[in-house]
Amino acid sequence: MPKTTPLKLFAIAALTVSAGAAQAFEPQGRVECIAPADPGGGWDFTCRSVGNVLEALDLVPASVQTINMAGAGGGVAFAHTVSRRAGNEQLLVAASTATTTRLAQGQFPGMTADMVNWIGALGADYGVIAVATDSEYDDLPELMAALDEDPRSVKFAGGSAKGGWDHLKVLIAAQAAGVDELPRIPYLSYNNGGEAMTQVVGGHVDAFTGDITEAQGFLESGDLRVLAVLSEERLPGEFADIPTAREQGIDALGPNWRGFYMPAEISEDARQYWIDAMDTLYASQEWQDVMTNNGLMPFHMSAGEFERFVTEQIAEIQQLSQDIGLVQ
Amino acid sequence: METLGYLIDGFGVALAPHNLMFALLGAFLGTLIGALPGLGPANGVAILIPLAFTLGLAPETALIMLTSVYAGAMYGGRISSILLNIPGDEPAMMTCLDGYPMAQQGKAAEALAISAIASFMGSLIATVGLILLAPILADFALTFGPAEYFALFLLAFATLGGITGKNPVKTVVAACLGLMIATMGIDNTGVQRYTFGVLELYEGVDFIIAIVGLFAISELLFFIEEKAGGGKEKMAVNKLSLSWAEIRGIMPSSIRGGVLGFIAGVLPGAGASLGSFIGYTLEKKMVGSKGYFGKGDPRGVAGPEAGNNGASSGALVPMLTLGVPGSGTTAVLLALLISMNITPGPLMFTQNADIVWGVIAALLIGNFLLLVLNIPLVGIFVRLLSVPPKYLLPIVTMIAFVGIYSISNTTFDLYFMVAFGVAGYVLRKLEIPLVPVILGLLLGPEMEKNLRHALDISGGDWSVLWNSGLAIGLWVFAGLGLILPYLVGPLLRRRMKVAAGSGGPEGD
Repeated sequence: MPKTTPLKLFAIAALTVSAGAAQAFEPQGRVECIAPADPGGGWDFTCRSVGNVLEALDLVPASVQTINMAGAGGGVAFAHTVSRRAGNEQLLVAASTATTTRLAQGQFPGMTADMVNWIGALGADYGVIAVATDSEYDDLPELMAALDEDPRSVKFAGGSAKGGWDHLKVLIAAQAAGVDELPRIPYLSYNNGGEAMTQVVGGHVDAFTGDITEAQGFLESGDLRVLAVLSEERLPGEFADIPTAREQGIDALGPNWRGFYMPAEISEDARQYWIDAMDTLYASQEWQDVMTNNGLMPFHMSAGEFERFVTEQIAEIQQLSQDIGLVQ
Repeated sequence: METLGYLIDGFGVALAPHNLMFALLGAFLGTLIGALPGLGPANGVAILIPLAFTLGLAPETALIMLTSVYAGAMYGGRISSILLNIPGDEPAMMTCLDGYPMAQQGKAAEALAISAIASFMGSLIATVGLILLAPILADFALTFGPAEYFALFLLAFATLGGITGKNPVKTVVAACLGLMIATMGIDNTGVQRYTFGVLELYEGVDFIIAIVGLFAISELLFFIEEKAGGGKEKMAVNKLSLSWAEIRGIMPSSIRGGVLGFIAGVLPGAGASLGSFIGYTLEKKMVGSKGYFGKGDPRGVAGPEAGNNGASSGALVPMLTLGVPGSGTTAVLLALLISMNITPGPLMFTQNADIVWGVIAALLIGNFLLLVLNIPLVGIFVRLLSVPPKYLLPIVTMIAFVGIYSISNTTFDLYFMVAFGVAGYVLRKLEIPLVPVILGLLLGPEMEKNLRHALDISGGDWSVLWNSGLAIGLWVFAGLGLILPYLVGPLLRRRMKVAAGSGGPEGD
């Protein structure tokens, strides 16, 4: 993988393209996007919305075809990309923090992050920790103090499996707040954020961990109170009054990014084409509108920077999972 | 009236041209499937699920189409009851009693029209009931914690055999099979169970694949075995002459049947068969000696038809609000919802309001469509009944394969579907019912998850499972559901058998 290629070379390559050199990559015919889940979920949305904008911006020759390939939380699609699609320059695969979490915990057996090309991230949904409106906890430090005293005193509900991203967000926050005995914090996993929130609002579980867009409905109805959002700065728009964990003195971040990887063994030209395409797309008004309409927050990385971020995130999650005894 | 506003929005969804078109298609196919003896509504919906995937329909359109199929199948069941004295599905059994005699007296068209009107009334009453009851029940569902849900799922299993179930032991075996298959995959603590290192098995068994395999593919295998090439003999239907007075005459029966059917449908496990049975017996009691039941009394057609259609809409109430299906067919619809990333329950009424209310509105519209389809066009269905299955089943098979492949584009799913088809064939040969298998598969993971959650919250104290009034109530009902069939079941079944003469094929 050409991580070391100087950026200047890319710039020169880009200039030659505009000067009319013919050998540079351009997608021909059909471009595919694999959503590693059934229709209706986040990955499906990533593929379809990005496909539409790529088309609107004329970055692809025809339409982008979304293929749903569910299985093993993205593992089937990852294996398919690694073993069957190497060298395919017209294939994007949707990914998110769920992908890195599973890679970190060894849930894609025999596969690692460096077997594919990480192209770019195009937005993020930030983690939140929330309670029912009538809860006794007023802010995050109060909740964390209770956990510090007795790790079993606050029970969390979230939409991912045990050890999944929603569970990890609680642990990231608790670790940052200096809570010991992380493995003892109870986490109940539900099929999705909605079910988890119903249980919190119904008073059966103490706190909710999930993403800000999931919480939107219950926030508007006034049944749920967000104690902290796990972002670097306050979120724009209607979420501006929600305090970050950082400003409450707990340095915890939990972005659930959305982005793409591509198969290995693709040509440098093709890789660069798609990286540029993602940059162009991210800067476009069309994509910004998609983000606003769907609650995606600004979060953009491409190429080398994104690859480093993915590697680091995997290492972090691995460490945390070991600490709580999820992986050996 | 918040509900009214939602309902109007729902009509907006359901009346969109393409949704209306698919509702019409669903109503038509449903009636056809219901009319074919042996293919009950659960099979009908299961067979047509792949069609929704093949056509790449949006969730609300797919659901609208399949609820129309569901409603249509309930209408269709009566056609062969009346004309051939063979019920299209179990709930249509009671319709034979007075419908066939009417046909023998040369009043087949009247019997078909009366039953269509009664079906319409039954569905209408029950859909109104659904509209009124569902939002209330959805709010109530917020009080359900893990312990209550666990007890509720147990209740669903306990009442599964139902009062009309044939062999309780086989029902238990079937449910256990379903529960066992449900343990496959990565559980929610990240442990792999029975995955054998196969990536495709990590997420467990896809309900839709299991359902289509068990129902549609096994149907095909049965067909091959029987080499049933020929169709039914041609049936003649006289010209319709029905006066307003006659329609008015059956209205009280239809209304009584519809209300009773709805109540029977809402109760888990009871289902449409009980609805139509109660509808018939009540009519007989109410009318008394003035009637000539069993000899072609129109009220004997109207009562059970209204009852079974009322029950089928009623069964949607627990499915939509609690995620617990009240019948086999609603179990299949539930699987469809889950596979479309829509979680039934209180949240669905707020988060997927367009879909829920679109479906409810589609039920109302579908009812009118079905009435229109079934009175003037009944001749078409009668003629289609004589189309040999050798033309129908290859189409079903093709749709099944294309539909399943288009869900996740892997041939693995196709092999899996065929394997389930063979399993379904074997089970049916052993007379083990398929619906409990599906229910076990569908509710198993939920039941396990809620048990884990309840114990997680209590810190391992089992008494948490019965320390709320609601939970205790559900346990009591579950206990009754287990015991009652042994006490009341044989009695009821004997009376139904005596009344109906011959047993029907497997229904709800």
